Amino acid sequence: MDFAFSDEQELLRRSVRDLLAGRWPLERVAELADGDAGWDPDSWPRLAELGCLALSLPAERGGFGGDTVDEAVVFEEAGRALYPGPLFASVALAQPALLAATDPAPLDAVLGGERSATLAVAEPDGPRGLAEVDLVACAAKRDGDGWTLTGTKTLVPDAAIAADAVVAARAEDGVALFGVDLTGNGEVVVARSTVDTTRRLGDLVLDATPASLLVPPEAAGAVLAATRRRALALAACEAVGVADRALAFALEYAGQRQQFDRYIGSFQAVSHRLTDAWIAIELARSVAYWAAWCVATGDEQAARASAAAKASAGEAAVTACESAIQCMGGIGFTWDHPLHRLYKRAQWVDAFEGFGAAHRRELAAALLDG
Amino acid sequence: MDFRDTPDEAAFRAELRAWLRDNRPSEWQPDSDPRRERWGLEQSRAWSRRLFQAGYMGLTWPKEHGGQAAPYTHQAILLEEIARAEAPEHVGIIGLAMAGPTLIAHGTEAQKKAHLDKILSADEIFCQGFSEPGAGSDLASLRTRAERDGDGFVLNGQKVWSSFGHIADWCILLARTNPDAPKHKGLTYFLVDMHAPGVEVRPLRQLTGDPEFNEIFLTDVRVPADQVVGEVDGGWGVAMTTLLHERGTLGFALTVRLEVTLRKLVQLARGSDGTGRRAADDPLVRDRVARLWVDLQGLRYTNYRALTSLVRTGIPGPEGSVAKLHWSESNQRLGKLALEVLGAAAQLDGGDSASGGYWQYQQLRSRGNTIEAGTSEVLRNIIAERVLGLPRSR
Repeated sequence: MDFAFSDEQELLRRSVRDLLAGRWPLERVAELADGDAGWDPDSWPRLAELGCLALSLPAERGGFGGDTVDEAVVFEEAGRALYPGPLFASVALAQPALLAATDPAPLDAVLGGERSATLAVAEPDGPRGLAEVDLVACAAKRDGDGWTLTGTKTLVPDAAIAADAVVAARAEDGVALFGVDLTGNGEVVVARSTVDTTRRLGDLVLDATPASLLVPPEAAGAVLAATRRRALALAACEAVGVADRALAFALEYAGQRQQFDRYIGSFQAVSHRLTDAWIAIELARSVAYWAAWCVATGDEQAARASAAAKASAGEAAVTACESAIQCMGGIGFTWDHPLHRLYKRAQWVDAFEGFGAAHRRELAAALLDG
Repeated sequence: MDFRDTPDEAAFRAELRAWLRDNRPSEWQPDSDPRRERWGLEQSRAWSRRLFQAGYMGLTWPKEHGGQAAPYTHQAILLEEIARAEAPEHVGIIGLAMAGPTLIAHGTEAQKKAHLDKILSADEIFCQGFSEPGAGSDLASLRTRAERDGDGFVLNGQKVWSSFGHIADWCILLARTNPDAPKHKGLTYFLVDMHAPGVEVRPLRQLTGDPEFNEIFLTDVRVPADQVVGEVDGGWGVAMTTLLHERGTLGFALTVRLEVTLRKLVQLARGSDGTGRRAADDPLVRDRVARLWVDLQGLRYTNYRALTSLVRTGIPGPEGSVAKLHWSESNQRLGKLALEVLGAAAQLDGGDSASGGYWQYQQLRSRGNTIEAGTSEVLRNIIAERVLGLPRSR
């Protein structure tokens, strides 16, 4: 039994933290979030250079042969920095399908830092996420050697940034995963207004849009189930990073701000609320790391662990941000302070693939039925 | 990072499990109401002695004092497996978790020789004399006096909330030796013989109806100078060692006990009443059961993180306070949910209740969890000041 990151993992943490804090501090992230593009495309090759885009891939595919625990470190740091870019979309969501694909080209392009990818599953009147793949209605038709897709996908993370989309669509013999080149199909992507402008969502309006088969129906179910487990665990790690950063703002403020001739952090109404936020983060951190380890080792508890991690970390992050906003009073409520941006990311994570209650429904079924 | 047992840990766990299966006392009833099925002192001592003779006590203690010099992970496994098997605990909890580690850190060779192996074998049972009627969370304001008298001290005062006081042979006790010094600096840590003249113990009845703890009255109790632990007037630092260890690896036992109780709650909720209705079908009950399960995982893996830092540094980290705080509140939520699952019939108690008083006792007892071993308010202050670096609240 050993619950600690290795020296290499701590070094990776340091490198990612230094890169993100140095080049894209929160003031810069705020500018990007309020700008048109929503990110700095120069960040992508930098993350590729650091190895962040290939950590868990096998060496023969140009990866580092690491696992989800290494990725946990990167996503926690990306959350702490509120990194705006398609890291979650590309690495957490699209990567398993790209790795399973027979054509190596789309994955190679991501590894080189040339292209990024995202995953499109939800539909306006169909599945709400990865747990409901059976409801996919988006239609795939053969077209000579290739395929075309018709239907609308919604809530696609970083749709306007990603170069490629992995799309779940229904072929004759079941739901399969297809690759759609978004760079050559400008009319397909419809950007939507979002609460969190550091992770923008969009629709894909597919109308006989050319596509390539990545993962056939007989393998797609397993790839999507594995994607869901890993995405929940990594979203939880991201939430832990977001929560840590928000709490750090509040702790700094409570130790400096004076009212009634005392530091406000000496009032227990303030300090105990922040303490409770910290406790919730530490508990969520423990479960999130455990979930990442379960996913990495293929542990039989991986599905339960990632559901528990996502439920507790999503809620802990939202609560930490809310406690921080309350602690900082009017300052925390302003547009100029970065706290609201952390809060909005926390809300995205909390909503992603279902709020805590949805994951607890799954856990309750495992505990109480059968 | 690896949550699996190492081969050495797995072997230890397997051997311990087999031993517990073969040796767990058959007359011990874990599902009973302790107010009705009392486990006698002699039974308890005999069981504790068997644990000791089998080599399971004092796992992390030095060999020369009856310990095993084994890694902390073995201690964590022991606590987990005893809780999982629902076997009784060793009767000398205060000695094992508090007095022993304190003597190992601060005691003289003679004190270690006199007490450590007897704590492990349950030949000596310890209790704790810290709290007083006027000194609870503000422990350093305690007023029990210890005055020099020849080659020893004479103690006068009153202690309260002393678990095991009625069966204890010894007491780890804080008393004021210097009334003129600042309040943290005039205290001395004593080993007091509970059979000495002038020591009187009176049981206190808890809101469960059970007399688990006691008042201790000290009237001109003579304590020899060689029963001072650490320096005279240096008792506060020694007491901090005791309190740190109180919340050390204990989290492992608490977590698995919560796991076992949650399993019982799941069984309870899955049962149907005469009309076929199941509490397990109520969406609100389902959410609360799942929430408790998530709470449990948070506790378990936070304990593992704490254990890893204990193994690396030898000192319990702040995670112990997190575990105690969160466990106590989770256990209270569990108890209340169990009563709701039982419905209005939960108001029947003892032999008239469907569970023989088990859930009624568990729920009532859980209210003490946020008070004993550091109130939740004091633990939050400790975390706020020592971990988060916030300014002192007073």
